[in-house]
Amino acid sequence: MSNFRFVIGRFLGAIPTLLILICLAFFLVKAAPGGPFDFERSLPEEVEANLRAAYNLDDPVYLQLAKYIGDLLQGDFGPSFQYRDYTVTELISTGFPVSLRLGFAAILLALFFGSLIGSVAALNQNSKLDYGVMFFGMIGISIPNFVMAPLLVLFFSIGLKALPAGGYNGGDFYHMILPVVSLALPQMAYIARLTRGSMIEVLSSNFVRTAKAQGLSTKTILFSHVLKPTFLPVVSYLGPATAAIITGSVVVEQIFGLPGLGRYFVQGALNRDYTLVMGVVVFYGCLIILFNLIVDTLYGFIDPRIKQNR
Amino acid sequence: MKNRTLTIMLSIFLFGCGPNADNENTPKQKLVIGGASGEELAENQVFRKNNGSDPGTLDPHRAEGVPASNVLRDLYEGLVSEAANGDYIPGVAESWTISDDGKSYRFKIRDDAAWSNGDNVVAEDFVFSLRRSVDPKTLSNYSSMLYPIKNARDVVLGNESPELLGVSAEGEKVLLIELEEPTPYFISLLTHSTTYPVHPPSVIEHGSSFTRPENMVSNGAFTLEDWRIQDYILLTRNTKYWDDKNTTLSNVYYYPLDNPDASLRRYRANELDFTDTTPSEQLPWIKENLKEELKITPYFGSYYYGFNNTKPPFKDNPELRMALSLAVNRTIITDIVLGAGQIPAFTFVPPVKEYKGIQPEWAGLTQEERENLAKDFYLKAGYSPSNPLSIEIIYNTSENHKRVALAVASMWKKTLGVETKLRNQEWKVFLETRRLKEETEIFRGGWIGDYDDPYTFSELLHSENEMNHSGYASNDYDALLKSASLKPAGRDRLNDLLQAEQIMLNDMPVIPLYFYVSQHLIKPWVVGLEGNVMDHHYSKYVKILKSETIASE
Repeated sequence: MSNFRFVIGRFLGAIPTLLILICLAFFLVKAAPGGPFDFERSLPEEVEANLRAAYNLDDPVYLQLAKYIGDLLQGDFGPSFQYRDYTVTELISTGFPVSLRLGFAAILLALFFGSLIGSVAALNQNSKLDYGVMFFGMIGISIPNFVMAPLLVLFFSIGLKALPAGGYNGGDFYHMILPVVSLALPQMAYIARLTRGSMIEVLSSNFVRTAKAQGLSTKTILFSHVLKPTFLPVVSYLGPATAAIITGSVVVEQIFGLPGLGRYFVQGALNRDYTLVMGVVVFYGCLIILFNLIVDTLYGFIDPRIKQNR
Repeated sequence: MKNRTLTIMLSIFLFGCGPNADNENTPKQKLVIGGASGEELAENQVFRKNNGSDPGTLDPHRAEGVPASNVLRDLYEGLVSEAANGDYIPGVAESWTISDDGKSYRFKIRDDAAWSNGDNVVAEDFVFSLRRSVDPKTLSNYSSMLYPIKNARDVVLGNESPELLGVSAEGEKVLLIELEEPTPYFISLLTHSTTYPVHPPSVIEHGSSFTRPENMVSNGAFTLEDWRIQDYILLTRNTKYWDDKNTTLSNVYYYPLDNPDASLRRYRANELDFTDTTPSEQLPWIKENLKEELKITPYFGSYYYGFNNTKPPFKDNPELRMALSLAVNRTIITDIVLGAGQIPAFTFVPPVKEYKGIQPEWAGLTQEERENLAKDFYLKAGYSPSNPLSIEIIYNTSENHKRVALAVASMWKKTLGVETKLRNQEWKVFLETRRLKEETEIFRGGWIGDYDDPYTFSELLHSENEMNHSGYASNDYDALLKSASLKPAGRDRLNDLLQAEQIMLNDMPVIPLYFYVSQHLIKPWVVGLEGNVMDHHYSKYVKILKSETIASE
């Protein structure tokens, strides 16, 4: 019951956050100098006037905003300025599956290998293996993906000619390998370090020592007592990790030419495609709020102490 | 192919690369093209091009920019088409006649011209399409291109209904177009997408979604198979096209990669056959390693610095403008700063067909003499090393523009002692700043001709042109342009335009810096493309040769 109330409460709390996000983004987008109708070949005044009227740009800004929110409530993100024959809703629904596929694969990869590597390192603390893992972890964190991605392409695509250098190709496995890996690497490295630190702390705690004193096998101790508290910080990192993956995907999609939302966002911003940029901001805003909510709920299940404190 | 690479790698790994390994002496395994005969066609006739970015729309009347034009050229065919070398050839119209006063064009439409759904292309289709193109409701960005057609301007401005446009059908296969003035470049306008026909029944049925792959009916050598936004555009051979027997390709892919580095990587990984441009920082590497595949051709474009002639210090100060122009060593910019083969410019209009431009006298001087002249003008304009000019160059953010600006600023500093500040702005911000003429002093300008006639450049400096960002206003110049626009093609008209340019060069409202070149990487198995000054390439001329690539790097 309390869980249900918690979720509802958080849902309601998200509404003002979203409203503020929409208003801020709306004014910022409009405040950017240059407009969607500035082209190298200037438009004749009359043509520009027709265009402005067609996109309701002649109304006062507050009216435009009110109209925008009204349309949003009906699930209408408006027509795109840049893709003149498409609506933003259509664009988001073609772009999002690509980003979702990329982001989901990256976060799974990062979680699985990150926690595996981190655990192995923690269990072999201060061994050569541990130092090696942590060294590569540090490199993974500090090399940004806009450097990592071209390096991977240079090696695997141009050197070995083993993997495609870019493109989506309907999202087939081979085309996704390099983008997913370059997006996952920094997160994987971070999760590995997080897991290692957390596990070392848990391993040296009193209840583990007690378990050892009771003569429990290492396996039992590890799986029944150590893993759950170890992954608490990892789970709470999932929220920021998702946000990082989303921002990272903007870069990775650009480098590999993937038709995801991140690329739409960049192109939209450069072309002053007001509705497309707004659409992506609102959509990602909802997504991040939703994801944080899921993580918080999940947290309660892993650590009952937190649930009681709500 | 992969296996072979692996074997080579493995053998290097196993046997090492010491002095005894005879890798050094064996000739590099070379690219074998065209099978035994050298002309054998590949089984897979697919051509993969990078197009630089996604078109905003594939509606030929609303499209804007080079990427859209590239795709539309394959999808649609206008009355006139172009050969691989850029010469005008009959398109949908098999022939045409021009009246003696040069103001009416009568086109005979091919009997076998057909839409991709099998419908016949008729004169009425063009009447429908041209009216749609100028109709303000269509919201076309380029409708002003059609101003030479009778009443077009009034229709675009909303003063007249589209039915009054000077276009009419005389029976099924004859189209009459009437012009306001004899417009010698009118035939070249007919290769521009604003004049392409659209299939009336599908436009009426689907509205603005007639451009979707499932709805589009086109009349070019290819049809739209698929458009994955930000992913690729896929075209398929149009078997209904009247000249389909001469098409070889089965498919064309257009990729929207805006990053030239990513484009180069995918080209090197054999995922692209054709790049839209080359990354300038990598040019030395490309020249070294991909020399045979780099195709550089003069392009109908002009790169210049414009003065803001509406404000001090440049307003009414031709001496100062001249001094700054003379002090720039163009050869250093083209050969050292850019290095792709750009051509130093002393005139504004790039040479095109019979129009060669008249070089100003100072173009024949040595740079040293020019600089001495520049110093004289600088003093006359009221400045001196002890009382230096200080100004700002605004350009849109780009590595190349920055390098040019730095070079120019240092030349001015060295020769005249001018203090120059550089300011870069993001593209759309820059466009706005430049258009407003409020804070600009000197701005970067570049223009690619819309059609191959000097007028596409000359008109930019007309006092009433909205693209005249320098604010240059000369009655003599405007009068000569007007006079040229009333004359039919020929020496007389070109002389007017030449004379206008000479007047302009004496006033120096802009500093011409260089003429563009187009830069493509093209795989050796692609044949049929020819360089041309408009950089227009039709996929219908392309063939893919059988090729066997062996890891040769």
